[in-house]
Amino acid sequence: MKKLIAMLMALVLCFGLVACGGGSSDDADTADTAAAFKIGCTGPLTGDAAIYGQAVKYGLEIAIEEVNALGGIQLELQYEDDVADGETALNAYNKLIDDGMQIFAGTVTSGAGQAVAPQAYEDQIFMLTPSASSPEVVEGKDNVFQVCFTDPNQGSASATYIKENMGDKTIAVIYRNDDAYSQGIRDTFAAQAATEGLNVVYEGTFTKDTATDFSVQLTAAQAAGADVLFLPIYYQPASVILAQADAMGYAPIFFGVDGMDGILTMEGFNTELAEGVMLLTPFSADAEDELTKNFVAKYQALAGETPNQFAADAYDVIYVIYNALNEAGCTADMSYTEICEALKSTIVNMSYTGLTGSDMTWAATGEVTKMPTAVIIENGVYVGA
Amino acid sequence: MLNKIKNLKSTTKVDFATYFGVIVAFIVITILMNQGMLKRAHVGMLVPICSYITMAVALNLVVGISGELSLGHAGFMSIGAFTGVIAAMSLTSAIPSEPIRLAVAMVVAAVCSGAAGAVIGIPVLRLRGDYLAIVTLAFGEIIKELMNCLIVGHDSEGLHIIFNYNGSKSVEDLHMLTDGAVIVKGAQGTVNVDTISTFAAGFVLVMVTLVIVLNLVRSRSGRAILACRDNRIAAESVGINVTSYKMMAFVTSAALAGAAGALYGLNFSSMQATKFDFNQSILVLVFVVLGGLGNIWGSIIAATVLYILPEALREVADLRMLVYAIVLIVVMLATNSPAVKNVLSKILPKRRKEMD
Amino acid sequence: MEFLSYLISGISLGSVYAIIALGYTMVYGIAKMLNFAHGDVIMVGGYISFCAMSYLDLPWPIAVLLAMLVCTVLGVVIEGLAYKPLRQATSLAVLITAIGVSYFLQNAALLIFGATPKVYTPIISGTLKLFGGQLSISYVSLVTIAACIVIMIALTLFTDKTKMGKAMRACSEDKGAAQLMGINVNGTISLTFAIGSALAAVAGVLLCSSYPTLMNTTGSMPGIKAFTAAVFGGIGSIPGAFLGGILLGIIESLAKAYISTQLANSIVFGVLIVILLVRPAGLLGKYVPEKV
Repeated sequence: MKKLIAMLMALVLCFGLVACGGGSSDDADTADTAAAFKIGCTGPLTGDAAIYGQAVKYGLEIAIEEVNALGGIQLELQYEDDVADGETALNAYNKLIDDGMQIFAGTVTSGAGQAVAPQAYEDQIFMLTPSASSPEVVEGKDNVFQVCFTDPNQGSASATYIKENMGDKTIAVIYRNDDAYSQGIRDTFAAQAATEGLNVVYEGTFTKDTATDFSVQLTAAQAAGADVLFLPIYYQPASVILAQADAMGYAPIFFGVDGMDGILTMEGFNTELAEGVMLLTPFSADAEDELTKNFVAKYQALAGETPNQFAADAYDVIYVIYNALNEAGCTADMSYTEICEALKSTIVNMSYTGLTGSDMTWAATGEVTKMPTAVIIENGVYVGA
Repeated sequence: MLNKIKNLKSTTKVDFATYFGVIVAFIVITILMNQGMLKRAHVGMLVPICSYITMAVALNLVVGISGELSLGHAGFMSIGAFTGVIAAMSLTSAIPSEPIRLAVAMVVAAVCSGAAGAVIGIPVLRLRGDYLAIVTLAFGEIIKELMNCLIVGHDSEGLHIIFNYNGSKSVEDLHMLTDGAVIVKGAQGTVNVDTISTFAAGFVLVMVTLVIVLNLVRSRSGRAILACRDNRIAAESVGINVTSYKMMAFVTSAALAGAAGALYGLNFSSMQATKFDFNQSILVLVFVVLGGLGNIWGSIIAATVLYILPEALREVADLRMLVYAIVLIVVMLATNSPAVKNVLSKILPKRRKEMD
Repeated sequence: MEFLSYLISGISLGSVYAIIALGYTMVYGIAKMLNFAHGDVIMVGGYISFCAMSYLDLPWPIAVLLAMLVCTVLGVVIEGLAYKPLRQATSLAVLITAIGVSYFLQNAALLIFGATPKVYTPIISGTLKLFGGQLSISYVSLVTIAACIVIMIALTLFTDKTKMGKAMRACSEDKGAAQLMGINVNGTISLTFAIGSALAAVAGVLLCSSYPTLMNTTGSMPGIKAFTAAVFGGIGSIPGAFLGGILLGIIESLAKAYISTQLANSIVFGVLIVILLVRPAGLLGKYVPEKV
């Protein structure tokens, strides 16, 4: 009996929230649609991957504020939490469509992107993801584009770079095998390494659940005599690997990819540990150009920390959309399918220079062409390698 | 007719009311959907809700009715989801009709998952209480890691399966013909799945689950299972084979969870093995406990409400999961604390009498 | 030599599990509940000590004491608000409430400290080199192992020799009988939570010193592993928790080194299953046959 009452209370609460929630956002729709394009995005704001979702959110907000201040096309952002999970992301995406989204600037993570992109393709809404780097996200979908590198792009670029610059060295790889990003890069790295004739002596993996202790993998890599340690992983586990390798007295050349960016800005991280780390990254918060300086200053004011490449990719997403909308001559009263038709033919013919690369262009397949630059960390800052 | 209903046993009345409620809900939602009165967000949630309802009812059979705490039921859902997707994708050309293919996939998933349930049940059901719980947790985690190592593709030669246990294999090692398609890509999970799950299929699955579980519970075997839960020693002393009845409940539950997994897996273009982790098991367990142990219709309502709740809480954005946690604690305290019970029974003395 | 260093990394990992498992097993032994929020109390301990050291520039012993104090209060408050009203309820109801508390702590920490992981400064840095540098043991590991042994001995003495410890054991045997003998059962359970949470704070500091990232989900997986360790050794048994933790760490480390890094967790859980089948109450647990 009491259970029944409790359930009913919960039910009432629940539908009450749905009702008032739905109501309030409807009101917002009618007031604003005439004036601004509605941009939607989903990313993790809670859970393990929250850091990436929040970075993207801040990046989008900064760019939208700048664009709106220009006085031309006005944009409006609606950002929903997806916990980096496909199921929740699809629910969030559906809600965004209900609330009148016209352009989809998500998702943040690859796993969620793989679940949402086919639906976006079916709906024919223009989708430009800042950071869902898996090739599955864009494959076979004419309306889905990426601002980040695809994973294969990075994996083969890393192998080529290592071959050219330290081809005679022995290599070990440590990657996270329950993560689409990490495994995607590793797979193409391995394929390219085989063709280049690189000497890979050890491959170790870890999972989300074992991402705290790497002493075994490091001991094995050291025992196998690896001179170069390739880390196609995000910077948080990488920081632990650097600390543990240092404690063991193992000092190979660490080589990372764009996920490694952000390691220098971790609160409390001893940057001496990262001395000599090499990484391929499209964005560096220490760059001296005006664009980066302006962005970093604004980001620090908003979020209280230094932006990583997720935030930079998100910032570029907004400007790419803004430029494309201008070029295609879209107006905010167009439906999302009309906007999509216009944008998908525009984006393949335009080029854009932003935070994460200059003269970026897009193929009809959805992948971006931009060059990753290799940097090396010296005295706590990135230096071109 | 009315007299007939009146003369039924009270449990039978509740059962019929449950079927009736589910059918009415289905009809109402279908009508609303056809009239275009539901939002996309609501329509999108229907299939996952059906699959979670099935999960909750299946888990209730183990936790509520058989009395064994399972913390690893997401593992069975995972097996069902992956086998279901693999079956459906590889039968695309053999069975062109989508509903039939979905049904076949669900049956395959239920069989595989039930078989896994039998294999796991043999060691697990020898244990008691919290030890049993931790072993189910352990199996759940093991299944998650094993599924994460799967690489599967299908071409005109049939299925190609690699178990990538040391992390050195990739899709290229499948050596597929050019007409083939990759179905499961290791950590990237299932890719490019035809989303053939429908709300109608979900409804049928929920009904089938209800028929199986309710008939099992009200049967001779069901009474034996309940007896084992209430007093294992007394049940043994009257000649009930406790292990085999517990096994019956466990395997049935695993098979249903597998079918729910297939429905779930075929509703998304892509899903990863890491989705079916400990938190997923706990999520379903929360449905069962909040709905009431052994109370089937309670599980249905709890699964629905608690699935919608976090989505409904999107309006409070950052506080979403915090509010969810508070609701969880408050509801548990409200339904189980003696102090709150007293207050409630004072406020609602009349209704209480009627119910009794 | 490699084998030795795998073994050592296993022991240091295991000692972290063991120290968490000690807290788990204390609470389970008395309150007979799986306190899933224990791992999150560890995370809170980590954050408190991090803030004390990084923002307030306090020396680490004071930071540890502060963390212990805050966690003790937190533990008692959680127990009083969420678990005490459910003393008579089914163990499942308490379990779900504990999960609710765990979600609450994780998400509150997310709101307060943000999603960006913090890098924890180990309380002691440096490495002990043996055999001309071929074998290295970090001082943090040595401290963790030492702390673990000291805590285990102290807890054993406490439960065996002191009056309050005896009251605890009485409550764990039979709450009703203990109450009849004039033991304040509720007070004893609160005390257990206080001790368990203080241990969690110490565990938090040592966990973050060994594996120096700190975020809102830092405590959950070590919490589950430590729970596994406690069951492995026989839940409710203090030496069992220690033994279970160390063995779990060694198995995990050796499995990673010699079998598969992918399936390390599966192998750990697989061994657990086998052990429980052979010894249904864990390595050092007492098997109490049911009475009619």
